[in-house]
Amino acid sequence: MTIALDVNRIRADFPILAEKIRNKPLVYLDNAASCQKPQAVIDSIVHLYSHDYANVHRGVHTLSVRSTDKFEGARAKVKDFINAASEKEIIFVRGATEAINLVAQSYGRTHIQAGDEILITAMEHHSNIVPWQILCQQTGAILKVAPINLQGELIYDEFEKLISDKTRLVSVVHMSNALGTINPVKRIVAAAHAKGIPVLLDGAQAIPHMAVDVQDLDCDFYVFSGHKLYAPSGIGVLYGKQALLEAMPPYQGGGDMIRKVTFEETEYNVLPYKFEAGTPNIADVVGLGAAIDYLNAIGMNNIAAYEAELLDYATTKARQIKGLRIIGEAEHKGAILAFVLDRIHPHDIGTMLDSLGIAVRAGHHCAMPVMDVFKIPATARASFAMYNTKEEIDVLMKGIESLIEVFG
Amino acid sequence: MFDDLRDLYQEVIFDHNRNPRNFRVMESPDRKVEGFNPLCGDRLTLYLKMDGDTITDASFQGSGCAISTASVSLMTEIVKGKTEQEAEDLFKKFHEMTTGKDEQMNLEAVGKLAVLAGVREYPARVKCATLAWHTLDAALKNEQKSISTE
Ligand SMILES: Cc1ncc(COP(=O)(O)O)c(C=O)c1O
Repeated sequence: MTIALDVNRIRADFPILAEKIRNKPLVYLDNAASCQKPQAVIDSIVHLYSHDYANVHRGVHTLSVRSTDKFEGARAKVKDFINAASEKEIIFVRGATEAINLVAQSYGRTHIQAGDEILITAMEHHSNIVPWQILCQQTGAILKVAPINLQGELIYDEFEKLISDKTRLVSVVHMSNALGTINPVKRIVAAAHAKGIPVLLDGAQAIPHMAVDVQDLDCDFYVFSGHKLYAPSGIGVLYGKQALLEAMPPYQGGGDMIRKVTFEETEYNVLPYKFEAGTPNIADVVGLGAAIDYLNAIGMNNIAAYEAELLDYATTKARQIKGLRIIGEAEHKGAILAFVLDRIHPHDIGTMLDSLGIAVRAGHHCAMPVMDVFKIPATARASFAMYNTKEEIDVLMKGIESLIEVFG
Repeated sequence: MFDDLRDLYQEVIFDHNRNPRNFRVMESPDRKVEGFNPLCGDRLTLYLKMDGDTITDASFQGSGCAISTASVSLMTEIVKGKTEQEAEDLFKKFHEMTTGKDEQMNLEAVGKLAVLAGVREYPARVKCATLAWHTLDAALKNEQKSISTE
């Protein structure tokens, strides 16, 4: 197979990859927590603040127009990137977490009542659990959780059985951050839609690893964070089908989200502004647009193919290490390798690897219920991005073997 | 290969991690408290037997990293025979040592707990070392609930 991705050229675009950590070359394998930024993204922010910055949607002066053009230009890029039908369906928020809370509080509080059910899975990130628990407390609705098996896959039959006449919303992770599992989301959406139930997909992990087409998925909501997509932190996206968004009340009140205000009555602005109260995160939206340009130039399908090779390589190597158990062996998986070692706690693994310049995450990965399924307190997790290499995976594996030796 | 870590992972710590002391459930303890570190999900249960205000026996159960296991193992050894006040004083000194405000601190005051002094260079790991002591503190104050490092 020919690789259509030049990893050395990509690496050169990420200044932080030249950092030394504890006098060793950085091996950054914590991309599922947040990934690093290419120079193009950093430059886009510097350029905005140096040449084009003012508040958006407000002024007639030149800078406000320039700033607004860049800001709305980024919205158009996001729309194309996920193939939404309209820019009205792209709401800028702080991240995946805020997007889910927005849907829970705006859609949830107007469409979900006591006794209704919300269906999630056992592999959700806390941010796709807690907002629904809050909604359930507010409304008397009930949270239902579809189980997973020990490969870390959704038990689809059980999931389908849990779709009932009372189910009002299905909210499922597209790709699990703790396990790497990619869920059969098209099938899930189709099954829910057959009963007229809308579906939210948590795309926080999926979005940097594969081409996402929200119209093809036919999901009703799709959420993701910029910081896992090579874009700045503090910016994220809620995609929602226009008809649903139109029928939802605002999430927050303030400037920009109104058309007319008197003390008696306020007329809300049109989409997407109805959901964007106050001055938005202008610079980071522009940064998100730059990240999308950068990714489009490489091609999401090329990225997916390259990362699949990395994961294959890492999995094969990891299986050769005695005492290592991979957590999450779904058939359909993104580039995440979570593991535990016999008698060595993930925290010790994390500290030891850090001393070799290797950044991995150790902990429950904001998915405590997943840890409960596997009856472990935590895992160590290496998560890969398009700038990682097989040589880095070799460094990781050698590090793991040495620390096993040291612990004896 | 792990030369940088020698101050953190001393041989004594590996030893206590491999063979934790007083690692057992206690029959009819006078105090029993659960400690929890939400950062890493580590849990431990600490058991104490008291005679008046003297700790006559201490044991624990649970799973944690090498630092937290060694810390609780060493603690159960050292507090046996100590009064509540003596144990609290030791906690205070241990806390000072691990949070490292006083670089010149006299490590003799904490005896063999000094092997844990290395954590002060690793802020992310300080809570691993102090969980045991926060749990003991709660047990001495007779708080029969679960405590956390947060
Ligand atoms: C699957 C998943 N969902 C949601 C989130 C929350 O994202 P954020 O913290 O950027 O809002 C994360 C981040 O770790 C995640 O991995």
